[in-house]
Amino acid sequence: MLLASIEPYAAIGVTILVVMVVAAGQLIVAQVFGPKVRHGPVKDRPYESGMPVVVDTHRRFNVRFFLVAMLFLLFDVELIFVWPWARVFHHAATTGATIPLEDGTPVGKGFLAVGMGIFFALLLFGLLYEWKRGALEWD
Amino acid sequence: MREFFTSQFGVSITFSVMVIGALLGITTYCIYFERKIAGWVQDRYGPNRVGPAGIFQLVADGIKMVFKEDIIPGHVDKVLFLAAPAIIIIVSFIGFAAIPWGGQWELDGHLVNIQVANPDIGLLYILGVASMAIYGLVLGGYSSNNKYSLFGSLRATAQMLSYEIPLGLCILVVVLTLGTLRLEHIALAQTGYWFGIIPQWNVFLHPVPFVILLITSLAESNRTPFDLPEAEQELVCGYHTEYTALKFGMFFLGEYAHMITASALISVLFLGGWHFPWIPWAQPEATSFFAVLVKIGVLGGKVVFFIFLMMWLRWTLPRFRWDQLMRVAWKGLIPITLALFILTAVLVYFGLERSIWTLVGNVVIVAGALLIAGSFGREVTGRTTNLPPIPSGPFSPGVGGVGASA
Repeated sequence: MLLASIEPYAAIGVTILVVMVVAAGQLIVAQVFGPKVRHGPVKDRPYESGMPVVVDTHRRFNVRFFLVAMLFLLFDVELIFVWPWARVFHHAATTGATIPLEDGTPVGKGFLAVGMGIFFALLLFGLLYEWKRGALEWD
Repeated sequence: MREFFTSQFGVSITFSVMVIGALLGITTYCIYFERKIAGWVQDRYGPNRVGPAGIFQLVADGIKMVFKEDIIPGHVDKVLFLAAPAIIIIVSFIGFAAIPWGGQWELDGHLVNIQVANPDIGLLYILGVASMAIYGLVLGGYSSNNKYSLFGSLRATAQMLSYEIPLGLCILVVVLTLGTLRLEHIALAQTGYWFGIIPQWNVFLHPVPFVILLITSLAESNRTPFDLPEAEQELVCGYHTEYTALKFGMFFLGEYAHMITASALISVLFLGGWHFPWIPWAQPEATSFFAVLVKIGVLGGKVVFFIFLMMWLRWTLPRFRWDQLMRVAWKGLIPITLALFILTAVLVYFGLERSIWTLVGNVVIVAGALLIAGSFGREVTGRTTNLPPIPSGPFSPGVGGVGASA
């Protein structure tokens, strides 16, 4: 009998193992059953619509992709804080329970709502700032 | 021995192996249905040569792929090149583990969940696994040393990152409404009725997040109209240009598996999962083996509906342009979902999260968004205002050309 709290993760672990075997099996089957691969200077060239390869692939790319990644990081890290808040806030608002802070002070739904209000105002201000500065433009 | 297989863990393991086996078959047959639907939309037959109505076409294709030359080109980074399709397959198949397929089953006097795993953070697990699919696409494109592949993977990254924010916010709306991250509890919370007839599915409370979740799922699984990463006319095949034989097939398998996970997640979050009104076996009280089969059938039916919808959309809608795609995410979906989240939080504060006010708020937010977009006009929607005039003449297809003279 496994511990009830570990059990789901153990089941997920077994699933991951089974799927890894399936994926490795597919890679191996393709290698084993396929005909012998022949290499040549033309065959080994990257397929770029039959044009001769002119420059190295891993050069600088458009900075706007980097910008999207930065904006995503800001937003997603902010949203990660909202996930536990959503659960706790629903609990406090529906049952009227108080949540103890780190030093033991009990707080109700009003405190939680105001705190998230300030947090969200900052987030919205950030989005508006990005919008006005043209960080969301692509042309 | 029997004790192990009737315990929750034993059932989970058995069910996990069964689900993976079934999914391998179903995802393969999704490709057949995709081609049949494409044929139906475009008024042609689709595959009809191998077996009756072409149902063995996929078997033939699979055999062909296995026996094709499995090229690892000389210029690629071998480890990452082989890892990419494996990562795609792994992450798109393990997402199923947290989906509650069949409620509970009474086995040897105790109840077991027909679910591979029922962790208390099931929703976070699915989100985390789904966003790991980016790694497969990025590594596949980056290791290929092909410019088309690199561009495809760059686009895929930017697109999936952008659409993950509205996706997360839509799911947060459900979490705020029901107060749980456990998918089984989310399904159970939707089994009641309003006025004794309307099932308490979240879609009736929050239709707008439901639609936005559907849109973002399309974008997350790189399906048309969001298939910029593999736009054939621009990038050959996108991130899997250099892949051959079964490795090429693995990318397809991963895409369809991702579609099925997304459909099952939408069904559980917004359409009540295995619950269906008027069917006595699809209620939470029914725990017999037959009820489990009916529940799996009900959830499967909802999944099939969404998959059909996605395929239908693919063969109906044209592709977005890249700047339109990014604008829809950052200037359209993200502000709307942020507003929906604030609305839900306010309603939860006043204890109204499952009342008619959610519907009112949804309508008000959509109307407001349309009004703002309309009043700002071209500034917000970004349409080009000063297109060059179309040259007119006897042979020009523009204004005053052939069309005007007819």
